[in-house]
Amino acid sequence: MTADLTMTGFVALYIFMLAGFAGWVIIGNVPAILHTPLMSGSNFIHGIVVVGGLFALLNASTPPEQAIGFFAVLLGAGNAAGGYAVTDRMLAMFKSSGSDGKHPGTARIHHLKKKG
Amino acid sequence: MLAIVSHIAIGATDLVAAFLFLFGLKRMSSPATAASGIRVAGIGMVAAVLVSFLYVFTIDAAARPHLVVNLELAVAALAVGGVGAWFVGRKVAMTAMPQMVAIYNGMGGGAAGGIAAVELFGTRAHGTTQLVVTLLGALIGAVSMSGSVIAWAKLQGVLGKPLRFSGQRILNGAVFLAALAVGAWIVFTAPGGIAPVLPVATWIAIFFGIALVFGILMTLPIGGADMPVVISIYNAFTGLAVGFEGYVLGNPALMIAGMVVGAAGLLLTLLMARAMNRSVANVLFSNFGDVPAKAKHGAITGTERETQASDAGIEMRYASSVIIVPGYGLAAAQGQQKLYEFVKLLLAAKVQVRFAIHPVAGRMPGQMDVLLAEAGVPYDLIFQLDDINADFGTTDVVLVIGANDVVNPAARSDKSSPIFGMPILDADKARQVFVIKRGQGKGYSGIVNALFYEPNCAMVYGDAQAVLIKMIEAVRGLGAAAA
Repeated sequence: MTADLTMTGFVALYIFMLAGFAGWVIIGNVPAILHTPLMSGSNFIHGIVVVGGLFALLNASTPPEQAIGFFAVLLGAGNAAGGYAVTDRMLAMFKSSGSDGKHPGTARIHHLKKKG
Repeated sequence: MLAIVSHIAIGATDLVAAFLFLFGLKRMSSPATAASGIRVAGIGMVAAVLVSFLYVFTIDAAARPHLVVNLELAVAALAVGGVGAWFVGRKVAMTAMPQMVAIYNGMGGGAAGGIAAVELFGTRAHGTTQLVVTLLGALIGAVSMSGSVIAWAKLQGVLGKPLRFSGQRILNGAVFLAALAVGAWIVFTAPGGIAPVLPVATWIAIFFGIALVFGILMTLPIGGADMPVVISIYNAFTGLAVGFEGYVLGNPALMIAGMVVGAAGLLLTLLMARAMNRSVANVLFSNFGDVPAKAKHGAITGTERETQASDAGIEMRYASSVIIVPGYGLAAAQGQQKLYEFVKLLLAAKVQVRFAIHPVAGRMPGQMDVLLAEAGVPYDLIFQLDDINADFGTTDVVLVIGANDVVNPAARSDKSSPIFGMPILDADKARQVFVIKRGQGKGYSGIVNALFYEPNCAMVYGDAQAVLIKMIEAVRGLGAAAA
């Protein structure tokens, strides 16, 4: 298998460093009004762990490995699906006074307020 | 050949997914684009999950005979876990959001721990670095899982008062050190190392057991008022665990997503802790809320003055400016719709109405913003602490609904108070303060509130929703009388 994704420790550290920096900067100037949906949204994003669970389960060769892999996928899928469901519901509710209150899910937001 | 193509397809899709996560998160950080942000990230997730079925062309020879069963298990786990959590997430009340985030986060931690367990029991981790990273991910993931379950139980009301006993910190420290020691033992006795005494699998099981127990012990003494910070830190923990297991599996998408969430969660945790003027360590280890039970608050004299809901409602109707300070009591009473109904009456009567949100109001950062948004309150009426605090002195009436510590002036003046130094909303500086509160007594954190004894403060006892209904009736009654 020549197309594998093995990496040296330093490449991994570079990935961690850059990803960590990206996360820090992206959240850095988020208005407090979005803290809960954002926590929920980032919670959804680490639901990608389900992919690792699938890898482990598909490579399982003993019953204990299969059992643990099953639970890893089960929990990871719950993390991803549940995280998406609650985040989507929360974000659909945000609107400003300029928008129509009857359909919050489709309402447009007319202006933004920047807060630290 | 098929294996190589699969690898390339998985690698390319995961790269796109990682980009979509970052892009989605960026869009989620502004109210105007937030709703589309989660969908962008969602597309990345679906693509990454679907393409990971291509792993079947790349699996180990040892797993080949089990492929059909494993595939069935995978589909079943995805269906049960995904559909179940989706259904619950769609149905659950907005007020229960904090505990839902806690439980979904715990599931992610458990999944990371599970991946680590498969790697460890199957002795797949090669080399000391991989083994150490696997164990670290396992430890953090397991702590995040059991800790989040305890956080859920506390928020859901399954668990009552924080459990505290003497020597607790020493016990917790010892348990943590034991987990590290067992982890180190596993590393040193790995194939080629020293004899393990017990089978390695037993040590691995002990390691997970200790880690889970540590998560429980660490969360049990923390008071409910501190749960926002705790959920946020476990969110960061799960991110880290996912990132570490991503490294072990050689999956950069997991590494990037995990570390982005780890860093974002850490920053969010620090922002929250700063809002309470405490360090994260202080939140986790100080047994906050213990102090007032023992300390004497001699400074507070006088009694709480009670008033009727209708009187308070009418006074607000004739005020020129009103600031509303919502807290967890509003969420608990599901009073947000009635509150906005009342606010609309005031607005119609040309009263200037604004909402003041303390950074740690409720059980999760921004929970009040979400509740008010659910009721339809436009977010340009909603102000954060720094933006509105100077205006309390020139405001006629402040209505505090089920909030307590965040308006306690003792944080400014009383050095013996456990919340001394925490930035608060200066509600006491308004001409008149009304506080809607379920009953006499202390709030969730157990601290006496000096505001309630101030001469310009009057209490309206009762369920927030019931009180607001009375206020609405009183103000409507005025309109009818005038017409």
